[in-house]
Amino acid sequence: MGKERTDLLRGTLDLLILKALALESMHGVGVSRRITQISAGAFRVSFGSLFPALHRMEEKGWVEAEWRASENNRRAKYYRLTSSGRAQLRAEERDWSQVVKIMTAAVESA
Amino acid sequence: MPGRIPSFFRNLLRKRAIEQALDDELKSAVELLTQEKMNQGLSHPEARRQALIELGGVEQVKEEMRAIRSGIFLETFAQDLRYTLRILRKSPGFTTVAVLTLALGIGATTAMFSIVDGVLLRPLPYPQPGRLVEVGLDLPGINQFNWPLSPADYFTFRGQSRTFQDIGLYYTGFGAALYSANVTGRGRPEHVPALGVTDGVLPILGVTPLFGRSFTRADDEPGSSDTVMITYGYWRSKFGGDPSVIGKTIDLDGKPSTIIGVLPQSFRFLEMTDLGVLLPLRPRTQRGYNYFAVARLKPGVTLAEASADVARMIPMELQGDRAEVQLRHLKWFKDSRIRPNLQPLKQYMIGDVGKVLWVVVGGVGLVLLIACANVANLLLVKVEGRQLELAIRAALGGSPGRIAGGLLLESLVLAVIGGALGLLFAYGGLRALIALAPSDLPRLNDIGIDRLVLLFTLGVTMVAGLLFGSMLPLRYAGVRVGTGLRETGRSVSASRERHRARNALVVIQVGLALVLLVSSGLMIRTFQALIHVQPGFTAPAEVETFHVHFPPEMIKAPERLVRMDQAILDNIEAIPGVSSADFSGAVPMDAGAESNLVLVKDHILQVPPARKSFWVSPNFFRTMGIPIVAGRDLTWDDVLNKRPVAIVSENLAREYWHNPSDALGKQIGGSPQAWRQIVGVVGNVYDDGTSQKAPATVYWPITDSDVFLGGPAFAIRSARAGTQSLMNEVRQAVWSVDPDLPLSAVHTLDYYYRNSMARVSFMLVMLSLAGGMALLLGAIGLYGVIGYSVSQRTHEIGIRMALGAQRKYILRLILGQGTKLALIGVATGIAAALGLSHFLSSLLFGVKPTDPATFAAIAVLLTFVALAASYIPARRATRVDPMVALRHE
Repeated sequence: MGKERTDLLRGTLDLLILKALALESMHGVGVSRRITQISAGAFRVSFGSLFPALHRMEEKGWVEAEWRASENNRRAKYYRLTSSGRAQLRAEERDWSQVVKIMTAAVESA
Repeated sequence: MPGRIPSFFRNLLRKRAIEQALDDELKSAVELLTQEKMNQGLSHPEARRQALIELGGVEQVKEEMRAIRSGIFLETFAQDLRYTLRILRKSPGFTTVAVLTLALGIGATTAMFSIVDGVLLRPLPYPQPGRLVEVGLDLPGINQFNWPLSPADYFTFRGQSRTFQDIGLYYTGFGAALYSANVTGRGRPEHVPALGVTDGVLPILGVTPLFGRSFTRADDEPGSSDTVMITYGYWRSKFGGDPSVIGKTIDLDGKPSTIIGVLPQSFRFLEMTDLGVLLPLRPRTQRGYNYFAVARLKPGVTLAEASADVARMIPMELQGDRAEVQLRHLKWFKDSRIRPNLQPLKQYMIGDVGKVLWVVVGGVGLVLLIACANVANLLLVKVEGRQLELAIRAALGGSPGRIAGGLLLESLVLAVIGGALGLLFAYGGLRALIALAPSDLPRLNDIGIDRLVLLFTLGVTMVAGLLFGSMLPLRYAGVRVGTGLRETGRSVSASRERHRARNALVVIQVGLALVLLVSSGLMIRTFQALIHVQPGFTAPAEVETFHVHFPPEMIKAPERLVRMDQAILDNIEAIPGVSSADFSGAVPMDAGAESNLVLVKDHILQVPPARKSFWVSPNFFRTMGIPIVAGRDLTWDDVLNKRPVAIVSENLAREYWHNPSDALGKQIGGSPQAWRQIVGVVGNVYDDGTSQKAPATVYWPITDSDVFLGGPAFAIRSARAGTQSLMNEVRQAVWSVDPDLPLSAVHTLDYYYRNSMARVSFMLVMLSLAGGMALLLGAIGLYGVIGYSVSQRTHEIGIRMALGAQRKYILRLILGQGTKLALIGVATGIAAALGLSHFLSSLLFGVKPTDPATFAAIAVLLTFVALAASYIPARRATRVDPMVALRHE
């Protein structure tokens, strides 16, 4: 897998996860479902990518995790955005719309 | 990467916990997914199967998560570390030498730094110590600096200051005659070091008592009941830590005094380590410039502002009516141009010892550098032997980064082991170092290995490791596969480039060693010059001295004191082997002599300079071995009948009358009302140490000073001086006069004489140790390089000999190589030493920092040692058997 491609994918995935967690804290499975839902079913994130991504974000301090009971009373690890996570979300949103704008302009000019 | 380091260590410690958490999270995800699928109507086994499929291989997910958690770094690191340790274990000789060399260097540096840390760097043990200042006076007009205050100064400064939060006066005594109190009525009479304080001192230092209360202004009033505070140590030893001690009384100097407070264990007062009791100073009952003052500045006030404030207050005192004020009206006192001398308390305590310490730290640091160069050299040799291995690793796909990292890691591991061992050395060596340290080194109790020292050691270790480690990867990580593999085969002679780094290291070592040896050579010359100066007294080891302390109320009866002092003296003179004895206010070089203004009748209009003043009994000069140059000694008739006589030193006599005998019969005095006739002129005594000029000195009859009569220093000339048996008889001699008299400061005159040179001897010992280590390490370094070069050139030498080269030629070839390196090193070192030795100039005596003789001697010595170090491998080279050398190929 090429370096750029990973970064691009990883960046997109991060943004989606941050966005998913923006409203409320949720566990890994919940994040996956929420991403599918907000992307109107377009994205299905594999758990093989999702969990490592969540842990990476925890290492970076964007999210905090805590164990608590889920809606149907099972123990689950819940992730919550930290303030630096929120800042990261805003930054990534800004970057993303920049990319979209530039790409749109570039594609349409051709 | 930086973000990973903490998590790397966290993970190192919690590896199992992390694994568990990964497991738990994935299990929970499986259950959540299963539940979700069951909600959609699947059976449990089916739901679980699909959940596992969706999760996509639990182990793979875990592996990825592990990698995220700094796992990769951990793995590689552990692998490299294991590899490094294996390499080091494989060559125990190399590892031992490298680690020991480093441990010596790091240990010595750490030990010296912990002294610097304790003495110079660590803040004083009081809250907000930066606001504490020592308040004194300078009198530049009469060349007197750092004068203490009088009670009148204290009252003025306390009442009028705008910059002091508070000021307190304290009294410690002077020189060997430290302030102390006799505790009687509890067994053997005890002489307890004491401190007089006004009520402000303890609050200024932020000290609150462990039990009871501190002094209040009421305790300071004359006529109030006698109170005392005791230190923690005294409380433990005398009262067994009994908390009901408050309110009890002890007999201090014959007066029952009520204990009002116990000080905390942490309490330290400046340098006074074995302080027992604190007494109220009662400034209204005191007089004279005998009291030191400590003040706490108001927040935000600078030293300059406080100085200006004191300068403003000094003239105010002239409006007072105390005795000191009368003194100040005198014209010449004004001529003294009195001005404030405020110093941060810490600086006041440290004085100028910082220079000595930094020089020694510098010297020890140079030894560490040499040690690093040595280890770098060893590593260079060793890594060269491993070129094949490195080339193979590169060929098998080891990235240059990883190989370089591995070599650097090897250096760091060596450094860390050396550092750990060095820390042990430092811990052991510190006590020895403190024992060597000059006795005037302040804050000795603050010295120890604390966090800053540990941090320093860690830093030094890492820098050292990186320093010698960085030389390797640069040269070897990039070994091209082809070259590396080819070059490890036989080469006819060692390539020039190969040796350049090692040669440079040897040159540096020799140069640094020269700098250190020149420094210690200069200290040796200084020491020689110092002991060459006759101190003014003779055979100081044969003079025993000690102080006796009479209770203060006896000072009011000076006639009785004289009789008792005389009775003690009579008893002492009766001891077998005592050839002469006397009593006086102070002993030469014990820092107890006062500086007093001395008027000369012939020169009454001159500003009278302060002169060293001793109060002595007859036979003082005979006992000390000070020659009488003109006139006569004091007689008992002079002393007991208070005849107006005095004796002066030769330099004082020459200053006014050019000829010592012309001084006889001239009038001098402490005030215009009390003239005394000079009856004798004696030889100069270097009371401030032989490195200073001998001060002009006046000797008054001891009966002139009630204070010194009450706490005289006895001196005994006897071949038995310094023995326990003599002191036992002396104690009996004293106690047969009064069994309640404690003795203190029992030392020979030689002790004070040696103390006056303590700094020089400390520097001498430390720099010589450093120089010796440098010489040894430098010689080993040179030996190693030449030896290695010979072993590499065995083949070449064999060919040369086969072609007819003489052994003499081979010897010269190898010796020449060593000599060339040594000479370049010596030249570099001389240049560096010329630049650096001026740092020593203020510590030198009787020798210039560029002393050609020292430089020449050291250069010759170093060259000689270098020749010897290269001679051994050179001889080995001449023994090469051409046949063996060639067959070896």
